[in-house]
Amino acid sequence: MTGRSGPTGTPAPGLLDLELVFVTGKGGVGKTTVAAALAQLAAERGRRVLACEVDAKGDLASLFEAEPTGFVEKEVAPGVFAMSMDTEASLREYLKLNLRIPVVGRIGPLAKAFDFVATAAPGVREILTVGKLCYEVRERHYDLVVVDAPATGHIVGQLAAPQAINDLVKVGLIRTQTDWMLDILSDPARTGLVAVTTPEEMPVAETLELADRVAAETTVRLSAVVVNRVLPELFGRREEEVFEVLRRPEVAGELSARAGGDVGPVLEGARLAVTLRRTRAGHLQRLREGLDPAVPVLYLPYLFSRFHGLRTTGQVAASLGEELGF
Amino acid sequence: MARAGGPSRAGGAGPGRGGPRRRAGTAAPRRADPDQPPRRAAPRPPRAGSLDGLLAAKEIVVACGPGGVGKTTAAAASAAMAACHHGGRVLVLTVDPARRLADALGLSGPGGAGIGNREVRIADDVFRAAGISPRGELWAAMLDTRESWDALVRRHAPDEETRRQILANPLYRNIAGRFVQSHDYIAVERLYEIHAEGSYDLIVVDTPPTRNALDFLDAPQRMAEFFSSRLLRWLVVPYRSRLVNVASRPFYQVADRILGTQFLEDIAEFFVLFQSMHDGFVRRAEAVTRLLADRRCTFMVVSTLEATPVREAEHFARELERRRLHLGAVVLNKVLPGYFRDPAAGRVAHALRQRPAEMARGLPADPAQVRRVLEEVADSFLNFGVVARREAEQQAELGTSPEVLATVPYFDADVCDMAGLLRLGEQMWD
Repeated sequence: MTGRSGPTGTPAPGLLDLELVFVTGKGGVGKTTVAAALAQLAAERGRRVLACEVDAKGDLASLFEAEPTGFVEKEVAPGVFAMSMDTEASLREYLKLNLRIPVVGRIGPLAKAFDFVATAAPGVREILTVGKLCYEVRERHYDLVVVDAPATGHIVGQLAAPQAINDLVKVGLIRTQTDWMLDILSDPARTGLVAVTTPEEMPVAETLELADRVAAETTVRLSAVVVNRVLPELFGRREEEVFEVLRRPEVAGELSARAGGDVGPVLEGARLAVTLRRTRAGHLQRLREGLDPAVPVLYLPYLFSRFHGLRTTGQVAASLGEELGF
Repeated sequence: MARAGGPSRAGGAGPGRGGPRRRAGTAAPRRADPDQPPRRAAPRPPRAGSLDGLLAAKEIVVACGPGGVGKTTAAAASAAMAACHHGGRVLVLTVDPARRLADALGLSGPGGAGIGNREVRIADDVFRAAGISPRGELWAAMLDTRESWDALVRRHAPDEETRRQILANPLYRNIAGRFVQSHDYIAVERLYEIHAEGSYDLIVVDTPPTRNALDFLDAPQRMAEFFSSRLLRWLVVPYRSRLVNVASRPFYQVADRILGTQFLEDIAEFFVLFQSMHDGFVRRAEAVTRLLADRRCTFMVVSTLEATPVREAEHFARELERRRLHLGAVVLNKVLPGYFRDPAAGRVAHALRQRPAEMARGLPADPAQVRRVLEEVADSFLNFGVVARREAEQQAELGTSPEVLATVPYFDADVCDMAGLLRLGEQMWD
């Protein structure tokens, strides 16, 4: 296993026992991949999983090599059901279930009105998203709901929306709704947040900032930090000395003659890999030092692969399983 | 720094204040001894087809693209380069709630509070530490959504009482501070405001990491539509008359049940108050939209060569074209060095891997260790080769034709200070 870096984080066997997991992370760190892998892993371990993509870019389904999904979930892998969030459809469903309104006649203008209200008071959109997810949890349609949530900059607004609405709305149906949503979101045995990062400076800084904001502004608990794309360790200290010997011009020249071509680029590539890994080790250390020690840190190796699909999703799921102690 | 006549654009916002203006206002004192460090950035003639030329020609550069690709850093590096080599007053405006720019500019004091809603000047010392003396001034500001909304209300509210009521309305307080999408509107609005003030020769904007980058472009239009909508007028009908109005009664009955009467009243009050700012808001939103389409404004799409970011960047570039907005540059960041794709080097790696014992023979180190090291080195090269080829394919598929295409290699150290920022800038520049 090449992906480990230093001491392995405390295993978090509880992650798959949650009912609602939000997966967030700075753009580009592999948030969707980790969400898909988590869903896959849970399904492999016998859970019935709903994976919901909030950004609706269609990437989640593509990781299962399935066509883009809609608001109505469909099975994309054994035990994994995928859907894309659509706030208007969520409102429609909500009204149908809760108000028993003759839907077709009235919903048009109402949805439009909501769209306008949502433009000025965007908490409406957030609440419809979180509401739908909490609803699936409450109704126990699935054992686990995995959310490919908004990026780090937005997740706090999303998770804090029920509380914000609760502060604004004192009575009425919405109030009753946010009350039970908050019950689910605030229960660390049911709901958790997973922050995905890479061992780079900005993602690490943002993850630490997120950890603070989540604690201060939401009722949701940070259940784990997943460090994605950890580069393999090429050599230990003794071997590094050997590597330096090989880089000496006369030695490199001899190697070039034997290999039938210039070894310069190959050695330079290894030097880049070693330096990258060393820089990243520093960021990892900063991450561990900045996090509450109770938050498990899980490491996933860099995948030197060309395509993303079922196979890579399976590989990431397997690494995640290892980190969780399965 | 001596600056003749203050901000060079104080005269207002007419057309035709293009090229010469920036260089005109930047006559900096020559140093007596040219050999004495720090060296002054040499004036370089900007070339067409380079970021150098693009930044010299435009007044606003909007850096956009998917999240996590180094957009903020690229924006800051562009602005720093322009300040160094073109002179004048250059502002980099970040609208990122995650406060990343301060890090890259070395502005993050204790708690990262070194950069805020007000523009701050990057001290010449920061440049000097990087061994350069800039010809112009670099300023930085970070968008504070809450503060900017308050400023907007203060500007557009018809009287003191309305202003006070809006600022005290519970719904307003939540809109301004808590929710996320108002970033988009505020970002363009603030850009407009700063540009209209005319204090800067060049403004480089780092856009928020939106779920959908287009939200940023649509925000002013949506805000204008919102304030003009019939539904909004429905909402602000006095409560009593709603129940007798046949057309809107079903809507209110439903809305009351969902939201509760008090909340609806809060909404109504909020919108009644906001109505008073209607004209100002709509005019403003239209002006902001026009500014983005203005020839003085250009877009710089930043991406890495990973599959998902490339797809998003492509989509964004197409949308810019469809909206007749100017795509000035595409910056590809964190690209692996080309030698990873060199077939000859690949053959060498294979040879090292297949015949390590033969390769290791007689070298001045323990043969077993040399063998292991060679295997690792070769494996690593071939692994990165796979990624480099994937990147090349992505680049080939990137079917846009910007004026400028810049490729920035994967640095083995992070950009964490002005020196790093300028090193990155140099790569993008030509």
